[in-house]
Amino acid sequence: MTASSPQSPKPRPPLPYNMREVVLPGDAACPGCPIPMAWKVLSAVFGEKMILVIPACCSSVVVGAYPGNSLKASVVHVAFASAAAVASGIAEALRKRGITDVQVIAWAGDGGTADIGMASLSGAAERNHDIIYIMYDNEAYMNTGIQRSSSTPYGAWTTTTPIIGKTEHKKDVAKIMIAHGVPYVATASVAYPHDLYAKLQRAKKIRGFKFIHIHAPCPVGWRFDPKYTVRIGKLAVETGLWILYEYYDGKIHLSGPSRPYIDPKKRKPIVEYLKLQGRFKKITEDKIKEIEKYVEQHWEWIKRHM
Amino acid sequence: MGKLVALTGNYAVAYAAKYARVDVIAAYPITPQTSIVEKLAELIESGELDAIMIRVESEHSALAATFGAAIAGARAFTATSSQGLLYMHEFVHWTSRARIPAVMAIVTRALAPPWNIWPDHSDFMDQRDAGWIMGFAMDNQEVFDLTLQAFKISEDPRVYLPVMIGLEGFILGHTTMPVELPEQEVVDQWLGPRKQEYVIDGKEPLALGNLAWPEDTEEMFMEIQKAMDNAKKVIKEVDEEYGKLFGRKYGGLIQCINCEDAKYFAVSMGAWSGDLIEAVNKLREEGYPIGVIRIRFCRPFPYEDIWEKVKNSKGVIVFDRSISFGAWGPLFTDLVTGLYHYTNNLPIMSNVVAGIGGVNITYNDFAKLLTSFIETIEKGDKPPVFTWYHKR
Repeated sequence: MTASSPQSPKPRPPLPYNMREVVLPGDAACPGCPIPMAWKVLSAVFGEKMILVIPACCSSVVVGAYPGNSLKASVVHVAFASAAAVASGIAEALRKRGITDVQVIAWAGDGGTADIGMASLSGAAERNHDIIYIMYDNEAYMNTGIQRSSSTPYGAWTTTTPIIGKTEHKKDVAKIMIAHGVPYVATASVAYPHDLYAKLQRAKKIRGFKFIHIHAPCPVGWRFDPKYTVRIGKLAVETGLWILYEYYDGKIHLSGPSRPYIDPKKRKPIVEYLKLQGRFKKITEDKIKEIEKYVEQHWEWIKRHM
Repeated sequence: MGKLVALTGNYAVAYAAKYARVDVIAAYPITPQTSIVEKLAELIESGELDAIMIRVESEHSALAATFGAAIAGARAFTATSSQGLLYMHEFVHWTSRARIPAVMAIVTRALAPPWNIWPDHSDFMDQRDAGWIMGFAMDNQEVFDLTLQAFKISEDPRVYLPVMIGLEGFILGHTTMPVELPEQEVVDQWLGPRKQEYVIDGKEPLALGNLAWPEDTEEMFMEIQKAMDNAKKVIKEVDEEYGKLFGRKYGGLIQCINCEDAKYFAVSMGAWSGDLIEAVNKLREEGYPIGVIRIRFCRPFPYEDIWEKVKNSKGVIVFDRSISFGAWGPLFTDLVTGLYHYTNNLPIMSNVVAGIGGVNITYNDFAKLLTSFIETIEKGDKPPVFTWYHKR
């Protein structure tokens, strides 16, 4: 390994929340699922005072079956392409009724965001409704059994890219949202709950449309041992593949966990990230080089906008 | 009393939404619905209507946002036509199956291809399995009255289903007629504040739409069928109350004209019923014993009320302005099935599909079709069960 490891950060205090009061035990998530991990951070910030609008995605199942519900917050299940539109309607109704202490959150996967939900997301962002749109990105259609989405990374195996792997790069939705000129865009990772917590706290204080893109490693779909969800999430950041940042006031603010990796020498080799995941089992040297090139281009873009 | 103004059908819809004091409107323009959205935008921006308009990027989002506003406790409204209605079809079901009161106006227009902006009922009737209460107006006064009544019906605890109100594009939508507008205070008192079974506004944790097992799911939908039955009573009550307060009573689910001593009946829905009534009036003068049953609500389907009128009749002719390809006109099939509840020996029944793609059907066409229908039966022959009446 040529890259030097960054200094290990000092231990962080536990998040100030009673997560089990909102994220109840007994959900229907797979072992190692990143979804409840992120929900616990949401609950730390909003408690019961959030309305989650969930289109068709893994989370539609994870909350559990009627009459049960594993979240002690309000949940509205909606049609696949409609999370941002329904959230717009709820937010405007609450505004009309003078209710200001409840956060409307569209909570959608990468398919519901980057693909089928893109038009309604774009519409809601342009209208600047006072909502937080969270894309939890497990990089494929996991709920239907691991089919390619536009957010699947280059080279990854899925059941609809079964032999060759995906031949296109990942669609960068955060960049698309920045282009909408919304007041707040951030990337985050379930492996960095403090960072996600801080971002949700900032988003909570900003009026208008907020977009947060959460990297969410999926043991089932990415083919890794469920105990490695956090490790893989961290490796994505430490290799520089997934860059944590916030965008507000017209520029990118690199987040703490990603700051060291602006220096390519400090990044771990991308293969460290890839080799833990069965979906990259058949990846070739050429393809790894292509991913490295993509990562470098992405960093250049980040640096230009800081 | 109220004041008499000249309004297009589309403006009558917009004013009814205003009189209902809607909180949130989410809509997307489409010909021939557009002037509803424009009028409502003007009413809001001029300060005459205290509502929020969400100018969405598609019809799918229009009804999705209307649904969102409604579940969060707002009186919500939208309107569309034709392709727009098909594009939002997923949410047509989503709204009713979630038992969310809401009102939508459908300014009816043919479906493409080929592109066609003229009116028929294809878009409207395509929604008939969706669990919405479906009313259809004949003139602009009724457009206003029905749209306003739709809020009352939708928010009745015995119903709690969304309501769509149909009016033909251009024939009503863009044609100006006198419309009497009521006094706002009387409407306020009658309609009252927004009512719905549950509100998702963060006051208490509530989940809507979680995965449900087959038996639970089926029971939820059986409740919709019950609510449809209840709606028959509620629609009649609302018609009565409205008649007392505002002076216009239409007869509930159907309106009957010249029915008292009729031996033959013509059944129709929508604006062309006006031409049909004219034709029947003329035939009456010529001695033909015929009446008109105008369907005001096709969901729930008023087969009981129609049976009461036609049970001793010699023949019933049903005019459909839409076609279920490979079968017949939907009003006809619904009526035949409905009457079969009462008898194995149906009156002679005939279905005429006409006016598709906006083909203009006049008083003369109706007179010709009715005369032929009656005379065929009087001669002891059986008229065709199905005719697609076409002219150019």
